Amino acid sequence: MDKFKNLTAVAASLPEINIDTDKIIPKQYLKTIERTGLGKGLFSELRYNDDGTENKNFVLNKPQYKNAKILVAGDNFGCGSSREHAPWALLDYGIKVVISTSFADIFYNNCFKNGMLPIILDEKEVSMLMEETERGSNATLTVDLENQEITRSDGDKINFKIDKFLKHCLLNGLDDIALTLEKNKDIESYEQDLRNQRPWL
Amino acid sequence: MSKSRTIYDKIWDDHLINTNEDGTSLIYIDRHLVHEVTSPQAFEGLRMTNRKVRCPDKTLAVVDHNVPTTDRKNGIADEESRIQVEALSKNCKEFGVEYFNELDIRQGIVHVVGPEQGFTLPGTTICCGDSHTSTHGAFGALAHGIGTSEVEHILATQTLIQRKAKNLKVNVGGTAPDGVTAKDIILSIIGEIGAGGGTGSVIEYSGKAISDLTMEGRMTVCNMSIEGGARAGLIGPDEKTFAYIKDRPRAPKGDDFIKAVTYWDSLNSDRDAFFDREVYLDAASLPPVVTWGTSPEDVVSINGEVPDPDVITDENRKESKKSALEYMDLKPGTKIKDIKLDVIFIGSCTNGRIEDLREVAKVVEGQHVNENLNAIIVPGSGLVKEQAISEGLDKIFMAAGFEWREPGCSMCLAMNPDKLTPGQRCASTSNRNFEGRQGFRGRTHLVSPAMAAAAAIAGRFVDIREFAK
Ligand code: SF4
Repeated sequence: MDKFKNLTAVAASLPEINIDTDKIIPKQYLKTIERTGLGKGLFSELRYNDDGTENKNFVLNKPQYKNAKILVAGDNFGCGSSREHAPWALLDYGIKVVISTSFADIFYNNCFKNGMLPIILDEKEVSMLMEETERGSNATLTVDLENQEITRSDGDKINFKIDKFLKHCLLNGLDDIALTLEKNKDIESYEQDLRNQRPWL
Repeated sequence: MSKSRTIYDKIWDDHLINTNEDGTSLIYIDRHLVHEVTSPQAFEGLRMTNRKVRCPDKTLAVVDHNVPTTDRKNGIADEESRIQVEALSKNCKEFGVEYFNELDIRQGIVHVVGPEQGFTLPGTTICCGDSHTSTHGAFGALAHGIGTSEVEHILATQTLIQRKAKNLKVNVGGTAPDGVTAKDIILSIIGEIGAGGGTGSVIEYSGKAISDLTMEGRMTVCNMSIEGGARAGLIGPDEKTFAYIKDRPRAPKGDDFIKAVTYWDSLNSDRDAFFDREVYLDAASLPPVVTWGTSPEDVVSINGEVPDPDVITDENRKESKKSALEYMDLKPGTKIKDIKLDVIFIGSCTNGRIEDLREVAKVVEGQHVNENLNAIIVPGSGLVKEQAISEGLDKIFMAAGFEWREPGCSMCLAMNPDKLTPGQRCASTSNRNFEGRQGFRGRTHLVSPAMAAAAAIAGRFVDIREFAK
């Protein structure tokens, strides 16, 4: 997994609430057996017109947001299915940070498995950032994971909270499976107890 | 550990391998269900790192999302779907995992198959790369959906890294009136707590109206926990649970079964267990409901009307609800009963079980589907289909003008050829009414099987309580 340390980039906002995984990556893109290449399907029903051309009104299609790597979104972002295709699509498109007041649990978890950083802020902070994104490419944000802070274009800072373990894994690009396999002895002794206590399993 | 505990606390404690000082824990996973959409990248990951499936006997795979629901003896026409299905078959063979293919009578929607096979048991931890894994919570199992990286993690280690969630109790007291089903109960709960209301929590459903439900009704309730944002939903196991499990192919047998029941019995929440939050609903006051918007929280009584977003004060919320109405092509104030339909879909892991089909048969027997619409019934599994046929339900459906299909997810998410066309309006027994969920620009109203059946006959929504008279 790629490390995440810090990022300075243009931010775009999607103020809608309850943006679900079907919206992030519609199911016709889920038939792949690969992890990559999903960027083309990201938000496809919003991004493209019926004839396949770009919808000029969609935020990521506006020239000033073409290079956005940060998304500021409405409440309950990523709700719906467990498809990891949602963070894969965001990542493949180039978005590495999503900021919202809340995230659906599975989506939130999935981000960390892919070197992406979801940030939870309070309502006031999120709407402040949304306002700032209106300034397009003049509104670059800097996200610093080590110090848990977002620096706005005027130099103001916003702190964010993050779980220690998740932060550690992201900073170091650690692979969960390898970490868990280090605890193989514990797993084996659990399995031994399980055979005695619940033999029907 | 003398403290009073909830059922979630107890299952958690019994599966804990260890906890870091910051609270992240490694928990053991007893049962792992696998399907074709969220697993190929996980198996690929194992292959690239030379890892094996740690416990193939705790893993069960079935194909469901992509399979066509028409005759499939001649294979799958859509090339991408076929590749995904073939990949699952090949991966299962290579890694030694039991697999029900599209021609196996036991094949069906993964969340119908698990309970049917007795693979789903109380007090277990169950995971699947699918958010509706919460269904299995109806048995008093801790069951939740995971992403593909976590699928790979479980395949390789039979464990999952988790933080403990909060306990949310949803107590549904009273007796549900005739015509008010498990589906109406869970939709009403989501309407009450909101689509993000359960975020970070595991819900325990309790109260008279919940224990009154059959196991299938309980599965319908737990299935949609995720639509309320919860990680999982749970119902304490009881005699109904044990009776359902007994003699299923993978259920414990003989002495083991007796021992297991003693353990399962001990799992119910202690009387004074602590919940972070409690919500109370009175089933006696609930009507049959319909969703009007593009979030499962957009719930309204069959006798109600489409609400007016202008009364919402929060700007983002107001805008979201307005755009939902636009998408659904509905005007505030429209009576729900005046909404006409083009398609009826009966099926999915929410309502594709035998009792659901019996409910539908009761409503449509001797009647005919409205000439302006198409209605399809997709059984949740091959065994559900077989049972329905043995009871003659298939004949009732076909005589009434329904299409009677092969088992799978079908139009619940429209990954296979069953889709709405742009602008079509569907009454669906599935669980999600998101934009495009059942087909590009398709419009979905979520309802119970009985309400969908009555709508199929009438061509518009009707109150099942009046319809039945
Ligand atoms: S029936 Fe629908 S919700 Fe259930 S597993 Fe299939 S696609 Fe998912």
